[in-house]
Amino acid sequence: METIRLDLENYRNLLKEYLVTKDETALYRAEQFSKLSMQHNVSPEEIVHVHIEALKELYPDLPEAVDDSLNFLLEAMISYGLAYQEFTTLRQKQSELKSEISVAARMQETLLSTVKPDIRGLEIGAISVAANQMSGDYYHFVADKDDDTLGIAIADVIGKGIPAALAMSMIKYSMDSFPESQRNPSAILENLNRVVERNVDPSMFITMFYGLYNPNNETFSYASAGHEPGFYYHSRKNEFEEIEARGLVLGATEQAKYKQYERKIKKDDCIILLTDGVTECRLGDRFIERDEILEVIQTYIDLPAQEAVEQVYKHFERLQDFHFRDDFTLIIIRKNV
Amino acid sequence: MESKSCVHIRQEWDIVGARQLGRERAKEIGFGTVDQARIATAISELARNIYLYAGTGKICFTIIDDLEHKGLQIIAKDDGPGIRDISQVMEDGYSTSGGLGAGLPGVKRLMDYFDVISEVNKGTEIRTAKWVR
Repeated sequence: METIRLDLENYRNLLKEYLVTKDETALYRAEQFSKLSMQHNVSPEEIVHVHIEALKELYPDLPEAVDDSLNFLLEAMISYGLAYQEFTTLRQKQSELKSEISVAARMQETLLSTVKPDIRGLEIGAISVAANQMSGDYYHFVADKDDDTLGIAIADVIGKGIPAALAMSMIKYSMDSFPESQRNPSAILENLNRVVERNVDPSMFITMFYGLYNPNNETFSYASAGHEPGFYYHSRKNEFEEIEARGLVLGATEQAKYKQYERKIKKDDCIILLTDGVTECRLGDRFIERDEILEVIQTYIDLPAQEAVEQVYKHFERLQDFHFRDDFTLIIIRKNV
Repeated sequence: MESKSCVHIRQEWDIVGARQLGRERAKEIGFGTVDQARIATAISELARNIYLYAGTGKICFTIIDDLEHKGLQIIAKDDGPGIRDISQVMEDGYSTSGGLGAGLPGVKRLMDYFDVISEVNKGTEIRTAKWVR
């Protein structure tokens, strides 16, 4: 089939062909003509105009009423043409915005990137997936070469998208600027609280959990700023226990204090940290129960830690029809010595 | 040759009067049916803006036919509240028409030349023109 050209002569020929044959082929070509017209930003009133001209050439004695009525149709098409042009501009603008956001998202990725460190006797699995292009979740590992300790930060900005991502970048910067000697979970949260209180709009809340593992005495110390409670997994009993830690969300008051907790970690036990993107997975209209989440984690807990978090993620991804409503972050740390 | 004629906008009915006069002028100078329809639509938008936001005003037509240009100039003038943020009004998708592609960006699309001068609490003057191709 020859290619369709976008001109009056071609339209006239197509129209003539159709009027004679009443054939589907001509109609198919009309469809192609209309697509080509859209590609070249030809507005509907111009098509009507071409139609009128072609018709007049084919039927020089066209009744006046028909001619007039087609001109009436042409008038009626003007607004459709305008709306279509506006739509085209808006679509272009949208793709510009999209690419701008993806640049920002890549920048955020670089900024918030963290390396899973090798810590004696620990196995770490971590996954964090943004619901939109930019994430309001954040996790970070800080390994200290001198004393072998591991700092773990996990945080969640209530809300998502760009404002959440901007706030999260600020948290990351602040943490980087704290002196290395300062590794105490409660002190870190207290300092961050001041930063957030001074710099972030009061309507935005940030929750955070900070833990520090010391392999020398096998102790995990931690503090929480209103963060979704994590779990301690007792491998021998195959049971989960909620990690209790109380504390206000970051930025709520200037002088918030964060209580520091401590616990020994036994061999093969796990620490499971997460954000509410995990616990607030939805099944139809209802939120999933915490017990259901534990059942899923339990299914995969014997896998290597990284594989386990990925499998849990995949499970919930399928459960939610491959569309998360909130950023999803899950960390599993297993002590294997 | 230059001749000027105006239509006062006081009620919705006057929008039709403005369209009619504009179309006649457009026909006179040799615009085809498609451009006539576009000019009439642009006049509608301008006149409706006066009627809705300023209450009263006028639309004037000038036929331009000199060495450089041949076409129709339309000036819409009112002493209404003025436009506070012209950039916003000229933005696609902002228009009060609710995504119908109309409003001032629509007028700009329909015509070849477009300019707005507006002062808050003093009024608005929109100058626009289309050239015969």
